[in-house]
Amino acid sequence: MFSTPKPVGGQRRTFATNQNPEGGIQRENAAGKYNIIPKMAQIQDLEKLASQVRRDILRMVHAVNSGHPGGSLGCTDYFVALYGEIMKHNPSAWNMDGKSEDLFFLSNGHISPVYYSVLARNGYFPVSELSTFRKLNTRLQGHPTTHDQLPGVRIASGSLGQGMSVAIGAALAKKLNGDDCTVFTLHGDGEIQEGQIWEAAMYAAANKVDNLICTIDVNGQQIDGPTDKVLPMGDLKAKFTAFGWEVLNIENGNDMNQVVSGLKNALTHTRKGKPVVILMKTEMGAGVDFMMGTHKWHGVAPNDEQLAKALAQLPETVGDY
Amino acid sequence: MEKKYVPKEKKDTRSGFGAGLHELGKSNPNVVALCADLTGSLKMDAFQKDFPERFYQVGIAEANMIGVAAGLTIGGKIPFTGTFANFSTGRVYDQIRQSVAYSDKNVKICASHAGLTLGEDGATHQILEDIGLMKMLPGMTVINPCDYNQTKAATLAIAEHHGPVYLRFGRPSVPNFTPADQKFEIGKGIVLEQGTDVSIFCTGHLVWKALEAWEILKEKGISAEIINIHTIKPLDTACVLSSVRKTKCAVSAEEHNRLGGLGESIAGTLTAEFPAPLEMVAVNDSFGESGTPDELMTKYGLDTRNIVEAAMKAVSRKG
Repeated sequence: MFSTPKPVGGQRRTFATNQNPEGGIQRENAAGKYNIIPKMAQIQDLEKLASQVRRDILRMVHAVNSGHPGGSLGCTDYFVALYGEIMKHNPSAWNMDGKSEDLFFLSNGHISPVYYSVLARNGYFPVSELSTFRKLNTRLQGHPTTHDQLPGVRIASGSLGQGMSVAIGAALAKKLNGDDCTVFTLHGDGEIQEGQIWEAAMYAAANKVDNLICTIDVNGQQIDGPTDKVLPMGDLKAKFTAFGWEVLNIENGNDMNQVVSGLKNALTHTRKGKPVVILMKTEMGAGVDFMMGTHKWHGVAPNDEQLAKALAQLPETVGDY
Repeated sequence: MEKKYVPKEKKDTRSGFGAGLHELGKSNPNVVALCADLTGSLKMDAFQKDFPERFYQVGIAEANMIGVAAGLTIGGKIPFTGTFANFSTGRVYDQIRQSVAYSDKNVKICASHAGLTLGEDGATHQILEDIGLMKMLPGMTVINPCDYNQTKAATLAIAEHHGPVYLRFGRPSVPNFTPADQKFEIGKGIVLEQGTDVSIFCTGHLVWKALEAWEILKEKGISAEIINIHTIKPLDTACVLSSVRKTKCAVSAEEHNRLGGLGESIAGTLTAEFPAPLEMVAVNDSFGESGTPDELMTKYGLDTRNIVEAAMKAVSRKG
């Protein structure tokens, strides 16, 4: 099921088609029993998984009446595409250094529910562990941490604005190691109000860190309201262009086709002397009608009734945890 | 009286760091270095010249430097960051806390121009709180060597230690008296003079002053035990306790605020295990100011005579 890292300079991984119409099979290994989604290129299979991940997110935050469903739902399609279709990675042989693997860093750590769900659904740890989210003694802390050796997480995040710098360091280490893999990050658009982001952006362009693809989740919302009201950031494309980045767009980050093709397109822009940024427009709360179009669900969990209403909109495709 | 410690030269501790880093460049291919526009001040130029592919000039952007260093560890590198102590700690506390300490990254935060002795630049640059800031972080090792040789040895030693380290050193030339071949053992206090009346725990630039105080105290008939606590965290509590159990009183001496410094760590140990009088030679909860290093050390009470007075007071407080 899992990809094996290819030699440096090799072709990117292609996925075998899995004929299972349900889109999921069960697998057991030393880490336990969990659902594995077939690594197939078909968009509909990724969409099926996205529906399951959205269910996971809602059930996780509902169970502890805390967490951040809005941004998690908005970035679900990105995570599912990245881990299921784009990244060269090896969950069964997880290690911190990740040599000869693509790496991902979540900079806006508060959208941990989608991160945990996608890591589990890709085999990094048992899906059943999602039920421990935010509970005492869990490895699934409110914000991601390496402290508890959770497979798949390489840096703590939560205090915003730090992930791009870390990703640059990891990308530089890959260059020193002659490792021809790519480093990915995700940032919130509100997050890039942090000054460190722009220190990092300046550094990456000046030093041609071109094995790096940063994605900004442009949902236009932050805790206190729309970004345009809290602190308007102006023309992000012009800003990143002026900083010397290759700027790409995904017009609808909640359309799986667009996300997959947008990320594949971004890969073709790497190793050309510039860091790559994708401005990806998403809808906070995507997939649940009453959570969309508002910042209200940034950090609020649904109650029992709202959960039922939300889950009714999202088919259980692979099996709830 | 024959002197036990006779320095042949005066040298700055930051040059010990530069020499150690350059040696690591030759001996350990995983060592990389980052600097925020202070390469000359940190004495990192030799490393930069000979290992340019492993040197990262990040510009005046310390927060990014700490994050990039954390990322470089992913892939097996051992990053040494260099800037002034103020910009190595207070300015980037949250980056160190989350991306380095909490993430257990093998980053060596190397800080020059610590304390008052950077002199004329004044209080904006004279951080006196850095030991406290760093020692409060879980998992952080905090080291403050006393001279050129010891700083060089500490630089080599921290490359072999897995985990985040704060290495603190300074700008002025001070007597270089520790043996050049002395192995640096993280967390091990060094007894420089044995004594029976008072234990003097000193760190950094105050170690030499404590040795000067030892002579004066000896003339006054007081037998002082001088212990170089180069590692403030983890504190060598066994060394502290065995000395104070013998002398029954103690002095701490450091170029740092008394709040959060070595003295406070020793006080905590003594209070819990063996209550005894403790006098602290440290800056009394204040910022510094412009002046020559010597003038500042005198004005803020960090001179040899302050250690002598503290020792006599500690002895007088013994029940």
